Amino acid sequence: MSGVEKVKKKGSLGDFVTKWGTIATMVILFILFTFGNWSKETGSSMFLTQSNMITILRAVSITTIIAVGLTFALAVNGMDLSIGATAQLANVFVMTCFVWHNINIGISVLLTVVICLSVAVINSILIVKFKIPDMVAALSVMFMYQGVSMTYSKGGAITERMTRADGTQAPGLVPEAFRALGKEPWLIIIMICVVLFAYFFLNFTKHGRYMYAVGGNPEAAELSGIPVARYKILAYFLSATFASIGGICLAARVGTAQISAGDAYLMPSVCAAYIGFSVLGAGKANAFGTFAGAVLVGMLENGLIMMSVPYYAMNIIKGAVLAIALAMTYASGKTKNAN
Amino acid sequence: MNEIKLEMKDISIEFPGVKALDGVDFSLTSGSIHALVGANGAGKSTLMKVLAGVNTHYTGQISVGGEPVEIRCPKDAKNLGIEIVFQEVDTALIPYLTVAENVMFNTLVNKMGKKQIVHWNEIKRAAKAVLEKLNVSVDINKPVSALTLAQKQMVLIARCVVEKCRFLILDEPTAPLSNSETLELFRVVRELAKENVGVVFISHRLSELYEICESITIMRDGMLVTNLPLTKELEVNTLVEYMLGRCYEDNYIKKACKIGEPLLEIEDLTEKDGKVKNITITVCEGEIVGVAGLVGAGKTELCKTLFSAYQHKSGTIKLRGKVIRAKGPTQAVKNGLALVPEERRKEGVLISDSVVSNISVAAMEKYTNKLSVVNKKREKEDARSMIRDLGIKTPSENQVVSLLSGGNQQKVVVGKWLNKDSEVYIFDEPTKGIDVGAKQDMYELIEGLAARGKGIIYATCEFQEVLSICDRIYVMYDGEIIRELKAADTDEKELLYYSTGGK
Repeated sequence: MSGVEKVKKKGSLGDFVTKWGTIATMVILFILFTFGNWSKETGSSMFLTQSNMITILRAVSITTIIAVGLTFALAVNGMDLSIGATAQLANVFVMTCFVWHNINIGISVLLTVVICLSVAVINSILIVKFKIPDMVAALSVMFMYQGVSMTYSKGGAITERMTRADGTQAPGLVPEAFRALGKEPWLIIIMICVVLFAYFFLNFTKHGRYMYAVGGNPEAAELSGIPVARYKILAYFLSATFASIGGICLAARVGTAQISAGDAYLMPSVCAAYIGFSVLGAGKANAFGTFAGAVLVGMLENGLIMMSVPYYAMNIIKGAVLAIALAMTYASGKTKNAN
Repeated sequence: MNEIKLEMKDISIEFPGVKALDGVDFSLTSGSIHALVGANGAGKSTLMKVLAGVNTHYTGQISVGGEPVEIRCPKDAKNLGIEIVFQEVDTALIPYLTVAENVMFNTLVNKMGKKQIVHWNEIKRAAKAVLEKLNVSVDINKPVSALTLAQKQMVLIARCVVEKCRFLILDEPTAPLSNSETLELFRVVRELAKENVGVVFISHRLSELYEICESITIMRDGMLVTNLPLTKELEVNTLVEYMLGRCYEDNYIKKACKIGEPLLEIEDLTEKDGKVKNITITVCEGEIVGVAGLVGAGKTELCKTLFSAYQHKSGTIKLRGKVIRAKGPTQAVKNGLALVPEERRKEGVLISDSVVSNISVAAMEKYTNKLSVVNKKREKEDARSMIRDLGIKTPSENQVVSLLSGGNQQKVVVGKWLNKDSEVYIFDEPTKGIDVGAKQDMYELIEGLAARGKGIIYATCEFQEVLSICDRIYVMYDGEIIRELKAADTDEKELLYYSTGGK
């Protein structure tokens, strides 16, 4: 039998849903929110305004940055649940650099990223050396680092002029230039750069190709001469790097480091990256898809708040949307990294 | 003890495109041990799977003790007291449950009825009793994952005994066992025969059958050749002749190739866990070297050890006279080795990737600049020319490999290494599961490589293939190379003789 005959015919409804389902959901939500938030006084939508669009983009920025990191882990068919804790560590650490130690922006940011890479080191040892399944290994690291951040900040928030444990007042202030990183346009520019980097890396470099090969079929990858362990480690390092950048942006945006602020980004990021699988029928973790997923989650949140859905009911809808997106991806059985 | 006779008459079965069994008669008496032999693909396993209720669409009659019966599902077979132990014991065991639970598995699953609570003491007592009866010493509280392969087999046999089996089928039980383990297995099997169990013993190791079996059935090409009592007078050579039947004349004739300098020299290579031992092989430029052996002889293990996918504990690998140290496949590839593995879908191709990415994956450095950016245009051009050269049937280079046929997938794997321009190509069962036309293409391809001065290692259990395509042949048996033969001076009979343990 020749290969040509075996090719499935295209254009069935299932294929269409897989390919365009997520985009269609976004468009439908967009229209729904535009008319659902129609203001009779001004004769226009409160949703569809320039400032609200920027609000949405700003809101999705941090999620996107962290989720892009996760995208690398997913590309090698791993799972990094420690991203939230990593972001929180970055958030706390960069703040203490300014507030406690008065260090300048460049060094603070660099130091923070380096410290956060310790997460990747531990993840790599557990996953590659001890062969613990990715998800549980990262889960234990998540707990560990949630504790690390808390212990480091002595269980409290980091704010300007806070009173430290020894009774003295913290000497430093958060630089204005750093705060600017957390506002538009810079925050959005950082996000766009991160997405473009990941897109380029995964689609146009050999390293990206190897990562997908490792994720798709580790045995064949190994027997083709790809150093599988090294690429898994690289994926976890990239994941930790972007999680820490996300945490730094969070600090810049809020101006303080609240307890567990970074941890809250775990689930939306996981959502975004997994929704990304289905965007345009990629069937695998990809940068553009992750961005689209983050926008979907962010838009949903924004629109629902406007429509006065109470905050405590929000997660019901967010969870349901994730379930639908995943159903669209997996139901056709085409997904690459689905086990 | 009353004898019960299991009889199969005129059994035929068809799979799409092949008649796997054609009017086979087979009979087995309880309390006896009966050998079933045949070359690869003769239909031994297919026949036994009919008995076990796995192959359910057979035609013909089966009777037990004179009563006609139908076996249309595994449950039917179990009710008749027919049990089978497949070669892959791990598929039938649950690794993290204890020996006791695995032995009593069927009781736990099917015989609980309305009971909700497991009586562990009872289960353990019963399991212990059975193992004691078989005289097997295994700690019943150990998880099965901690057992050796031989012990796992015992657990499975014990499970069959718990089920009060009257007929037990052992599908190549000795293939993965060492000598002492084999003796232990024989003891247990004899024990069972004393208990009036009829045992079918499938094996490729002809010489060992004399020790344990009273009679033998020989099959070939899905048909029964003969039934004989197995006595010392019946020589291994005669058995081999029956297995092969008429001489196969493969119509593929090898073109002569100039053989050059030694390319790859392996000396005394032993795998870390002893899967292959004391391997000494030389491959020259333009030479096709066969590694022949039956299923389970250790050919795949040999290929993987050569490729450093399995670690070796002693021995040297020399490439063009220089000793190379290869710690893993990544280095092996850098050194110029290429492996076309047996498990094509699992290990050969990136199954859900496109033809292009598969062809370029081992040779990415050809397409990348200093920043590792891939030149997709050149990659595509190369893939296209490779598709053309190898005659890969695919609508485009962007087709996902999983949608190609087996033969074409195999060509993609070969294309991957051609693109890399490796020096030594290791083929492990390259024609497994591909059709005749694709086979022919594969032979031509391999010869083309040899003509370009590459060294080829060709491992297979298809003896006609090694005879027609190889220059020299190493015969493997039980993880070791036991004979080196010139392809021109040998025949299928001799190969089969050595690979069944003849000396």
